[in-house]
Amino acid sequence: MSLVTEIDYGTPASKASEEVTLTIDGRPVTVPAGTSIMRAAMDGGIQVPKLCATDSVDAFGSCRLCLVEIAGRAGTPASCTTPVAPGMVVSTQTERLKQIRKGVMELYISDHPLDCLTCAANGDCELQDMAGAVGLREVRYGYDGESHTRQEKDESNPYFTFDPSKCIVCSRCVRACEEVQGTFALTIQGRGFDSKVSPGAATDDFLSSECVSCGACVQACPTATLSEKSLIEIGQPEHSVVTTCAYCGVGCSFKAEMRGEELVRMVPWKDGKANRGHSCVKGRFAWGYANHKERILKPMIRERIDQPWREVSWEVAIDRVASEFKRLQAKHGRLAIGGITSSRCTNEETYLVQKLIRGGFGNNNVDTCARVCHSPTGFGLSQAFGTSAGTQDFDSVEQSDVIVVIGANPTDAHPVFASRMKKRLRAGAKLIVIDPRRTDLVRSAHIEADYHLPLRPGTNAAILNAMAHTIVTEGLTNEAFVREFCDRDAFEYWAEFVARPENSPETVGLLSGVSPEAIRGAARLYATGGNGAIYYGLGVTEHSQGTTAVMAIANLAMVTGNLGRKGVGVNPLRGQNNVQGSCDMGSFPHELTGYRHISDDAMRGTFEALWGRKLDAEPGLRIPNMFDAAIEGTFLGLYVQGEDILQSDPNTAHVVKALSAMECVVVQDLFLNETANYAHVFLPGSTFLEKDGTFTNAERRINRVRKVMTPKNGKADWEITLDIAKAMGFPMHYDHPSQIMDEIARMTPTFAGVSYDLLEKEGSVQWPCNEKAPHGTPVMHIGGFVRGKGNFLITEYIPTDERPGPRFPLLLTTGRILSQYNVGAQTRRTDNVVWHDEDVLEIHPHDAEQRGVRDGDWVRLQSRAGETSLRAQITDRVAPGVVYTTFHHPVTQANVITTDYSDWATNCPEYKVTAVQVSPSNGPSDWQREYGEQAEHSRRILKVAAE
Amino acid sequence: MSDDGKLVMMANQIGRFYEPQRQVEPVAAIATHLRKFWDPRMRAAIIAHLDHGGAGLDIPVREAVQRLKAGA
Ligand code: SF4
Ligand code: SF4
Ligand code: SF4
Ligand code: FES
Repeated sequence: MSLVTEIDYGTPASKASEEVTLTIDGRPVTVPAGTSIMRAAMDGGIQVPKLCATDSVDAFGSCRLCLVEIAGRAGTPASCTTPVAPGMVVSTQTERLKQIRKGVMELYISDHPLDCLTCAANGDCELQDMAGAVGLREVRYGYDGESHTRQEKDESNPYFTFDPSKCIVCSRCVRACEEVQGTFALTIQGRGFDSKVSPGAATDDFLSSECVSCGACVQACPTATLSEKSLIEIGQPEHSVVTTCAYCGVGCSFKAEMRGEELVRMVPWKDGKANRGHSCVKGRFAWGYANHKERILKPMIRERIDQPWREVSWEVAIDRVASEFKRLQAKHGRLAIGGITSSRCTNEETYLVQKLIRGGFGNNNVDTCARVCHSPTGFGLSQAFGTSAGTQDFDSVEQSDVIVVIGANPTDAHPVFASRMKKRLRAGAKLIVIDPRRTDLVRSAHIEADYHLPLRPGTNAAILNAMAHTIVTEGLTNEAFVREFCDRDAFEYWAEFVARPENSPETVGLLSGVSPEAIRGAARLYATGGNGAIYYGLGVTEHSQGTTAVMAIANLAMVTGNLGRKGVGVNPLRGQNNVQGSCDMGSFPHELTGYRHISDDAMRGTFEALWGRKLDAEPGLRIPNMFDAAIEGTFLGLYVQGEDILQSDPNTAHVVKALSAMECVVVQDLFLNETANYAHVFLPGSTFLEKDGTFTNAERRINRVRKVMTPKNGKADWEITLDIAKAMGFPMHYDHPSQIMDEIARMTPTFAGVSYDLLEKEGSVQWPCNEKAPHGTPVMHIGGFVRGKGNFLITEYIPTDERPGPRFPLLLTTGRILSQYNVGAQTRRTDNVVWHDEDVLEIHPHDAEQRGVRDGDWVRLQSRAGETSLRAQITDRVAPGVVYTTFHHPVTQANVITTDYSDWATNCPEYKVTAVQVSPSNGPSDWQREYGEQAEHSRRILKVAAE
Repeated sequence: MSDDGKLVMMANQIGRFYEPQRQVEPVAAIATHLRKFWDPRMRAAIIAHLDHGGAGLDIPVREAVQRLKAGA
């Protein structure tokens, strides 16, 4: 194994289609027009010395190392800033150039500490390389002039160091922060010899600045100035493996750079088609949880949840699972047990869990965490278009003219995609944000939304109908598209429906709190502004009308013809890394892989033939139904792989009651999560670094996950499922996850062409991938919808039953923050806590004042379901009447407050609307204290040697 | 499932989506949705609830549950 090295072409690729041929050092080279000479040379295998250029950012032309000579032109232009021209004859190495370059390098080196042997970048330093490349042998100016070599390091960021003494002021970091990340945290202050890189104001360090710790500057830095602390500590990696981030649904590709089995750093991979070489703080730096002291590495069991855990061997633990599950089925029937697949595990692992449940348990009581996030997307889009997935690839955003973001906060939750979107916005695309909260996207460096519709939580469907009303009644319908691609009758019925006065912006304005002019303006812009792309998140789906809103989004895209090509589409931003995949893999109780209903006899028959088991044709229980059935006493055993249902599902008191009512709860996870407090068997899971498999991101892109170290717990998660299956009398035979993928491909038409060999060749592939699309499908519904004709469904607005009233006058909505991930099980166990160590309640100044609440005060947050306490943060980001919090910390237990209202079609919980009251408080509530004590009690482990 | 109130609410929610649809017959669509997405014990419970008078079920939902019963 060796390091995966990537070629730095010096400047970004030109997107021009026209080609230009020139001669460089006597070799003919043909490149797209607009390419720099530097890049053209590299294309032809000639490396021009460079320092200030790198291909992730536009050329700047400051170091003067990359000079070339061009026949017929005077002077020595910089190759990084000079574009190619037809017939140009370029020399990159002449005597004159050599002398100039040596002179440039001498100047740099005279002001650089010469501690190469002990420098963290030794062997991976472009300054060192260039000194070699230009043949630098002496420095005429000496080393004792005024220099920057004794400046203090900035160690404030937990993950990287800024050592200004090594800075050559090439400004690659500044440009990376601007162009790649879009944060504009860095500047070059001062001039000439005094110029230096600075995060924010003079008093700022990296931590107190605007910096979001994405790592783009660290990656761009050619010297050791910006270096990962892990690299400084461990040393240069000796091999690397390309793999996929296990945090969010963007699915960034990384090189895991290793020394033996030790991870040195994660570096975003340029060829990753989702991230194109960028990263966020989570994937880039927050992987330390894999070695966290609280990680559990041995299986454990106990008879009752008030007992301490006992460490046991794998055999004993697996045996306990099987014997308990068999006992429960013998006593209470086949349907008394079930399981939950994880959107954090691989496709292969998810497939196995549902196979175990359907084939081994003999029922369809399988569900997945997507239930509580994007299940309405699956159902809504399948009804409208015929597929349960987003329509575009991420690259598509580069061709969008109007971007609509609804109920999503991509700069926090999907940061790398947000950076790509912001780049397009800075280049001139228009932006419409529909969100109760003024998210960062509404106004940030060099970006301002053209429209922000700050709607009351719960009125998405009404707003979307009002936009449709504007489009239909103002004659903005894309008639040609509708005529060719959509069901005519459905369209006519729908058009008549949205044109009704109750859907007019004027009426909807009153109930949503958004000005009718803004609704009309946004609708006109989306309908007429060119390529219109909609991106949406859980602010759309997690409502009692989640599915309806997804359909309303589909209607808007169809009526304006914004489907079936690049730059447009309907794009759900998926929360967890493998939400898309876990849904694709047949994790829902009513369908097998590829979204095929379990009642389809012929299709089910193919699985029965392969698995050698009769499968139940009836749909099983969904997660909320499992809880209800547990409380009722008909559902008693649950296998949960990699999900913390107690913390993440709504109405915690109800979940506690349900879990406590079960007789055998098996949790497979890295940590004793909150659910494990109610478990009887704990099976230690493996991290994404410890196994092979695939994740499918929000663009339907299947990315490889590659094992870089031995599982610390002894087994990959898929192997644990195999053990349970065997013990349950349903043995499965796989030696490697690739064989599981082969089975998935054989059984699933949309995956028919997928194999590990193909992924090796293509890097990644977007389903459908089959005979018709052997290289996958970046954009769906080109030239017609998968279901045939596009289907307009009537999306009547029905207010949720969860309404504010005198006792609970405010509306609570929830979300997440950049540095933390979901229930925080991983990120809370990393240094990311420096950015967010507690959940706070955002409240508008008016509401705070009325209640006598000051910034930072403890407040009690009460709903019909329960109460909790947390600190208040006073901000006008939220409108009066609305409060907002995150759910990353178990002590806050935001879900104690949320109710068990849910989406009509899928039972996706209504997290985004809860009527609450806020009042001053002295500290944590009784529930929090009791819960804390119970959790501590439940986590006791008796350390006995494994049998 | 003992919590009939919740099942009634969920069934009515489904009903209220399908009621205004024009391309499908609402009662049939509601019955199909229940058949496709509710596990047998939930369907049995809503049928039992109907047999006990079906309090709280909206009219088309009541008809749909009747159909479910006939077909089940
Ligand atoms: S880490 Fe990212 S946000 Fe922070 S300064 Fe570097 S590029 Fe900018
Ligand atoms: S910190 Fe690195 S990238 Fe930034 S100016 Fe200095 S040497 Fe260049
Ligand atoms: S954007 Fe998402 S996938 Fe990419 S590095 Fe961040 S958390 Fe990982
Ligand atoms: S690399 Fe061209 S001027 Fe620095």
